[in-house]
Amino acid sequence: MDPSKSRDSAESTRVIQFPNDVLERILSLIDSHRDRSAVSLVSKAWYNAERWTRRHVFIGNCYAVSPQIVARRFPSIRSVMLKGKPRFSDFNLVPPNWGADVHAWLAVFADQYPLLEELRLKRMTVTDESLKFLARKFQNFKALSLLSCDGFSTDGLEAIATDCRHLTELDIQENGIDDISGNWLSCFPENFTSLEVLNFASLSSDVNFDALERLVSQCKSLKILKVNKNITLEQLQRLLVRAPQLTELGTGSFLQELTAHQYEELERAFIGCKNLHALSGLWEATTQYLPVLYPACTNLTFLNLSYAALQSEELAKLVAHCPHLQRLWVLDTVEDVGLEAVASSCPLLEELRVFPADPYDQDINRGVNESGFLAVSLGCRKLHYVLYFCRKMTNAAVARIVQNCPGFTHFRLCIMKPGQPDSQTNEPMDEGFGAVVKTCTNLRRLGVSGLLTDLTFEYIGQYAKNLETLSVAFAGGSDRGMQCILDGCPKLRKLEIRDSPFGNGALLSGLEKYESMRSLWMSACKVTLHGCQMLATQRPRLNVEVMKDEEMDDGQSYKVYVYRTVAGPRTDAPAFVHR
Amino acid sequence: MAAQGEDLNLEATELRLGLPGTAESEKQQTPPSGRSMKRNLIDVNNECGSDEEESNGSSAQKCDKQDVHRPSKAQVVGWPPVRSYRKNCFQKKAESESTGVFIKVSMDGAPYLRKIDLKLYKGYSDLLEDLQGMFEFKVGEYCEREGYNGSEFVPTYEDKDGDWMLVGDVPWNMFITSCKRLRIMKGSSEM
Repeated sequence: MDPSKSRDSAESTRVIQFPNDVLERILSLIDSHRDRSAVSLVSKAWYNAERWTRRHVFIGNCYAVSPQIVARRFPSIRSVMLKGKPRFSDFNLVPPNWGADVHAWLAVFADQYPLLEELRLKRMTVTDESLKFLARKFQNFKALSLLSCDGFSTDGLEAIATDCRHLTELDIQENGIDDISGNWLSCFPENFTSLEVLNFASLSSDVNFDALERLVSQCKSLKILKVNKNITLEQLQRLLVRAPQLTELGTGSFLQELTAHQYEELERAFIGCKNLHALSGLWEATTQYLPVLYPACTNLTFLNLSYAALQSEELAKLVAHCPHLQRLWVLDTVEDVGLEAVASSCPLLEELRVFPADPYDQDINRGVNESGFLAVSLGCRKLHYVLYFCRKMTNAAVARIVQNCPGFTHFRLCIMKPGQPDSQTNEPMDEGFGAVVKTCTNLRRLGVSGLLTDLTFEYIGQYAKNLETLSVAFAGGSDRGMQCILDGCPKLRKLEIRDSPFGNGALLSGLEKYESMRSLWMSACKVTLHGCQMLATQRPRLNVEVMKDEEMDDGQSYKVYVYRTVAGPRTDAPAFVHR
Repeated sequence: MAAQGEDLNLEATELRLGLPGTAESEKQQTPPSGRSMKRNLIDVNNECGSDEEESNGSSAQKCDKQDVHRPSKAQVVGWPPVRSYRKNCFQKKAESESTGVFIKVSMDGAPYLRKIDLKLYKGYSDLLEDLQGMFEFKVGEYCEREGYNGSEFVPTYEDKDGDWMLVGDVPWNMFITSCKRLRIMKGSSEM
């Protein structure tokens, strides 16, 4: 090569050498873990600068990496988010004692990150001992969030309240725990003032109300308060007057005989909450008391009514006061009529989740159906996230819905009866979901349901180029379906499949794919041990975990969980998990 | 999974879902969930019956190990995909709504009592009409000040506090939630 030319090209391709501290200063402004991942791949210098400046680490699968590896790479972590069990464990498909115990992580953190401030866990097993350990070992600990976890009791929470002197956040959501007593709340020290987030909505024991009231008065920075069902309207009023600065409120029970005077006081308390943008709780809310909320609804962007069995008129009246609503969660008791009201009152709606009030009710005329969804798609053009449980649907409706709202990023449709066809034409729902993937080019998450042939999966593989998460149940005709997905979706990260006729051929067609994904789950499919063994042998950097599927009669069915890992096979697998 | 060619020791897995942490599994699977894992049915034989009653007759469709009463609604484990917490929370309410409010009705002089579901009635007139048909009597005219005038039969009910009240004084919705039993009083027998 001509030397002068090579010098020029060398200059133009050379990575500019910043002094390290400048580089670190710049990188410390980057929060997104994906951006940071990209940064770390640029060069050794950048890799090092990135690892020294990272304060928050997100671990999407606790078994993909070990705590030792994390600690070795990132010396200055202050905040950790860890996810454990496969998502289908939420639906009882993963046996208890499967794993994902946080304690091994805490032990390493106590050593390497004594200044740890935040811990957010999802689907992990957390024991009381771990909570006590956490409270004891981390003097700077500030924020604890437990979502869908199990293994602990309110005793563990007592330790947190007692010992974490700088606690700003305690967020306990939807965990399978032993709710022994509400005494934990009384364990906060007398002069405690630092709490900013308190969510105990999903706990069922009574807490001492005086202690709660005192806590709320003293914590002037409290922004998010979500109480449990046992807090009455009268008590709520007393809390609200002490915390008008709240931005997110989860009420207690909304059913109580109030005097006229009490009603007025409650109304005034809500009027005083001028900063409220999220509202939830509202257990047993009825027509009688919903109006007290109206003054506080003007700035609401998130309304979670998924624990309040509202009828359509009640919802209609309520959402009429929520013109800025962006996210709405409801029960299907509101019916299509209720959703029509949402469509006309909330033009800025971006997210809608409709949960079934009685998932086992087979009456096809209850709940919501295609007209509700259609109405919302017509009235709310910014809609991009939907989770919709219904009893019937048609291809035509789905096609029109995505035509109205082509910007869907998350489309999760659950037609509740497995394998149910288009309720009008009796055909499979292939064309409907085909329309979804063809039209919604930004689609990142898809949940399919109803009667589906391999054609649906051909469409998905062909069109869903941004798809990251796919959930499949009771669908497909042959291995080809799953193969289309694995071949066609370049950004696929999580694939979860149950009760579908995909076997070893399909499983093994993903040989090249699984290391670029977070995980694959298959249960009640047609894979055999032999197929799993083949996969495991050929891909040593995958963990292939197999559990016998006790729900199936034939004794030949397995639950398979495949995930990439740099930590090798896990050492804590219980006997029922074969590797 | 290493291809070591060994047996998988299927017996171990066979028993496995009995699982050492059964207490923990019970913590997680709080009974009224309309969905009990099949393993609960296999391992805890005697709980089968109670699970059925509590949870609206739910059992995994494919329970082959027990002679379990098959529910009329065939249900599949973990389907629909609603989180356990959400199901537990709400299922109880749904069930109480669907099972109705059954209370005993007695009439002075009648040989036996009846039981009715208050939820089935739209209001007082509906209820009284049915009662009058059931026990073959007639009530008088109701007015707020004087109660029932024109008949020796007076409908009364026992409320939550154990007091005997005149039927018709409180709003219907309040009545349904506070009424524990009904008694058609005859004449001035109790005065």
